[in-house]
Amino acid sequence: MFKRSALPVLTVLGVILALWYAACVPMNSAWTAQQLARSGATMTVTETVGAAWSQDRPRLPAPHQVAVELWDTVVMKKITSKRSLVYHGWITLSATLLGFAIGTSLGILLAVGIVHSRAMDMSVMPWAIVSQTIPIIAIAPMIIVVLYSIGVQGMIPKAIISAYLSFFPVVVGMAKGLRSPDAMQLDLLRTYYASDAQGFWKLRLPASMPYLFASLKIAVAASLVGAIVGELPTGAVRGLGARLLAGSYYGQTVQIWSALFAAAILAACLVAIIGLIEKVALRRMGMRQ
Amino acid sequence: MVSNLVISAQNLDLTFQTNDGPVHALKDVSLKIGKGEFVSFIGPSGCGKTTFLRCIAGLEQPTGGQISVNGMTPEEARKARAYGYVFQAAGLYPWRTIGGNIKLPLEIMGFSKAEQAARVARVMELVDLSGFEKKFPWQLSGGMQQRASIARALAFDADILLMDEPFGALDEIVRDHLNEQLLALWARTGKTIGFVTHSIPEAVYLSTKIVVMSPRPGRITDVIESTLPKERPLDIRESKEFIEIAHRVRDGLRAGHQDDV
Repeated sequence: MFKRSALPVLTVLGVILALWYAACVPMNSAWTAQQLARSGATMTVTETVGAAWSQDRPRLPAPHQVAVELWDTVVMKKITSKRSLVYHGWITLSATLLGFAIGTSLGILLAVGIVHSRAMDMSVMPWAIVSQTIPIIAIAPMIIVVLYSIGVQGMIPKAIISAYLSFFPVVVGMAKGLRSPDAMQLDLLRTYYASDAQGFWKLRLPASMPYLFASLKIAVAASLVGAIVGELPTGAVRGLGARLLAGSYYGQTVQIWSALFAAAILAACLVAIIGLIEKVALRRMGMRQ
Repeated sequence: MVSNLVISAQNLDLTFQTNDGPVHALKDVSLKIGKGEFVSFIGPSGCGKTTFLRCIAGLEQPTGGQISVNGMTPEEARKARAYGYVFQAAGLYPWRTIGGNIKLPLEIMGFSKAEQAARVARVMELVDLSGFEKKFPWQLSGGMQQRASIARALAFDADILLMDEPFGALDEIVRDHLNEQLLALWARTGKTIGFVTHSIPEAVYLSTKIVVMSPRPGRITDVIESTLPKERPLDIRESKEFIEIAHRVRDGLRAGHQDDV
């Protein structure tokens, strides 16, 4: 499977890189032209293109510039350094994981309540949906301000914003999963005179696992977005969000892009880890993937 | 009179309230089933055969008349785990092995671990599935899955076995084979069996009593006591007696349909 998908993936990657390099030329050449006008010198086309791909503060950095910056800040810096992306990544990751844990637990609990109580189904579900229609960028500063006023700051507020984004897919997926057993399955348990608790542990919960894992993949990516968004309004100095913010203050586009890629790679890794756990768990449960 | 009465229904009525108005699923159904009988319910869809089976199981509440199972109400009988129920689909849990699936009712009813293992081994042998305990459902054919679901219904030793078109989704050859096995199993265990089907040969081949039903409203049109011997090889289906009984069932089905045609 891996071999078969490698070629299309590499082709798409190649096309993206080619478009990216091409886009750098018109995006960055205005600055080159200004410099030339000032000094009165001239450049060949090849030199113009070369200049567009190697500016210090390009509008659009070339892929290799981002790659070099990533290499420098991930591998070459000590991880305790303020310039290390591993350091900043860990700050964001720790808030992400805490938020993911809170969001997932909350989501599962709410789903269990929703499935077992009609009152909760009627009351909680609409609010859960409404909560997701509010832009996170609008509510994040308020959460941070409110928590700061009661003395909570640092990782916790970020984790709460992250949980705010991640509980929703878990509620929806888990509620669907807990409801997935059909009428016949439920009748079978009735013929055994099984209690509701037995029905939950023996039928509903195991039946919901594939749904839960699908939700967790969405939730973990949302958690990371939440943690990054949570770093923006405070003007935080640590974390991937802080790197994005600092980069935009000082026009360090290369830094912005490398933080962006670091976040994307981190998200991909988190989703892959959940995918791996899913594979192992479902295989051990005997469910073919 | 039927000796050792197990199931008795008197003027049973059941009306479902639907959006299109009331549906008369059962009307004035009276029937007695004695211990160790093999009773088939046959009729076109909508004749109430499944509904009647579900009433016996306490899964539906009749709106009129009386029904008793082992001298109790169906609800009490269900609580006393008086019957095993086999559905049209095997409905095995994909996350449990075959052994684990058969163990499910035993876990729910609180049998000890040792007792569970002993019973699983015994009923798996009974349905000819020994050696498949550790396999998962998807590793088994449809016929084997259905046998596992029968084993699951037998595991807790209820005297009554209720089967709702258990072989309806299987092909003819598998079905013949399972019918033969079911008869052998019935002979060995002496259970009282209620069996819903819409196959005439299946009903005649298996039953000691055939209940012919017809729809709108669901009612019993004929009850046929089979004269076939208890020992029934598959080729009994070519015998004159078999064909005569099948003919009477067909007549009963046609009579119930007269008002439609």
